[in-house]
Amino acid sequence: MPAETEPSLAKATPRSDAARAALVDVEHEPGAKKPDPILVAHGIRRQFGGLTAVDVEHVEIQRGVITALIGPNGAGKTTFFNLLTGFDRPNEGTWSFKGTTLDKVPAYKVARLGMVRTFQLTKVLSRLTVIENMRVGATDQRGEGLLSAMFSWLWRGQEETNTVKADELLERFLLHKKREDFAGSLSGGQRKLLEMARALMADPELVMLDEPMAGVNPALKQSLLGHVKSLREEGRSVLFVEHDMDMVRDISDWVIVMAQGKVVAEGPPDRVMSDQRVIDAYLGSHHDQDLSEDMEETILAEAQAEIDAEHTEEKS
Amino acid sequence: MDFVAILGSAIQQAFGPTAVIYCLAAIGLNVHFGYTGLLNFGQAGFMMVAGYSIACAVTIFATSLWVGVVVGLLLAALLALALGVPTLRLRADYLAIVTIASAEIIRQTVAAASFSEYFGGQDGVTDFISGFRDANPYSGSVGIPGLFRWSAFDIWVMTVGWLLVALSCLVVFLLMRSPWGRVLKSIREDENAVRSLGKNVYAYKMQALVIGGIFGALAGFMVSLRSAAVGPSFFATDVTFFAYTVLLIGGAARVMGPVVGAIIFWFLITALGGFFSQATAGADPLIPEAIMDPNQASLMRFIFLGLGLMLLMIFRPQGIFGDRRELAIDAR
Repeated sequence: MPAETEPSLAKATPRSDAARAALVDVEHEPGAKKPDPILVAHGIRRQFGGLTAVDVEHVEIQRGVITALIGPNGAGKTTFFNLLTGFDRPNEGTWSFKGTTLDKVPAYKVARLGMVRTFQLTKVLSRLTVIENMRVGATDQRGEGLLSAMFSWLWRGQEETNTVKADELLERFLLHKKREDFAGSLSGGQRKLLEMARALMADPELVMLDEPMAGVNPALKQSLLGHVKSLREEGRSVLFVEHDMDMVRDISDWVIVMAQGKVVAEGPPDRVMSDQRVIDAYLGSHHDQDLSEDMEETILAEAQAEIDAEHTEEKS
Repeated sequence: MDFVAILGSAIQQAFGPTAVIYCLAAIGLNVHFGYTGLLNFGQAGFMMVAGYSIACAVTIFATSLWVGVVVGLLLAALLALALGVPTLRLRADYLAIVTIASAEIIRQTVAAASFSEYFGGQDGVTDFISGFRDANPYSGSVGIPGLFRWSAFDIWVMTVGWLLVALSCLVVFLLMRSPWGRVLKSIREDENAVRSLGKNVYAYKMQALVIGGIFGALAGFMVSLRSAAVGPSFFATDVTFFAYTVLLIGGAARVMGPVVGAIIFWFLITALGGFFSQATAGADPLIPEAIMDPNQASLMRFIFLGLGLMLLMIFRPQGIFGDRRELAIDAR
């Protein structure tokens, strides 16, 4: 499986070059203005009782690039995602997608506008077959109206077109062998693939992936990475939440870092990783494994220093 | 022990008017629970609204049964809307609580002494089906001599009833194979996933609630036509739970599930009732009076039914028509 997609990972494509080129002049500050934003959020605040889960002053997502949203556990990434996609309402704030204001727009309308999300805990429709899962994803289906539903000649043609499209996507996401199986019988990784493929049935302009790599084995991870990149090649924009730093470094063109509900840093992946604010954010939460190694070294160094100090005391 | 008599009455009940009523009620619950995952515990409420509608159309407003039918369908739809507006945005269990409560509210209100002038209190309403009786094309009785027979009126009720069942099954079949039905099934699996794909989940659940309620209304019409009367006791909560049993025996989310379920349910309950009443009857009963007297025997069928339902849930929870594969992945 990885063999098919790996070559495309290594080499830079025209799209990825263009995406990075567009972001060259953007300053590396939280809330930086982008040349061509598809999603703009301003003053978003969400409180759960006394806890402020999200307090984002300003954030813009560039069109046609892969943007990563990272941050330690509890930083408010998923809550922010829910707010942007209409699954939750902020206490205050405005946000717009392609210039359309989304305050008070319900989640299903957000999806129809072309901003489709996936979930951290994969939501496949277990007792529907894989192909039926895909068909549900198509938008503007005539047969989904109650009045036309009973008369199959009204929607049969459209259904066939959707099925062809679904089969193409299943082929691309290597799920065509599972076409007639119940989605509930798929493995965790296959569910992630199915969810992503299903989201594409709606032809979204902005794909929002909530931890697409969580619980996926390394081989499938490579293939998923390829799929995310291919979204950009098709001209879609991607915003994803992720913990896996290697993945973030590998595929994202721009990284937004959240900590304690706020955006603390922004920038291209290589720059943002070395940003002091980012390191602080992660160190404060003892989260990332890279950092726990760092801490081990620090502790070791401190211990060594103490021993050295004792030695010098003895000598004197 | 007269097994022929037991078999005869069991067959008579399995296809008789009562089975038709529970079949229609279960078809409604199938749309609610089987396909959409809505827990409606107040199907009796929908039936009652419809049953009283045709009775009162004749007794209070002195119009025809047809007017009552139209009013009954409208009222059932309105009841669904009224129940759905506050609860469908909430989790499924809230709908269950609201529906069971509202069905009882309707029943207690209609039975109230203050309204006895209109609804006859606990006695209910009678004398309204002459129009239905006059339209009966049958005369004499139908059946196999020595085994069972249905009166001309029963046959007429059954004809209308099973035609309604056939029509309802056709509608359910056509709806559920369509993309519309697919959205309902998807909602049953995961509401938020469906929402994320651009479907107005709330509107779909409302449509499902109304359609299932309308099937419940058809069951309600059959109740008043069959009994030639309606009363509050006809629509107690156990009616809803019997209908759920019918649905679960046949298999939820299967078009023919309620039909098969109703036939099996009424066959078994009548056969069990017949067996125990014969086993305790006479001077030298099969079951000694020290163990069980005839009064206790009449309850045995419900005990066995409960036991059967438990065994069904443990060993074949998908019902007769269910798909074992579906079940294997049910643990989410």
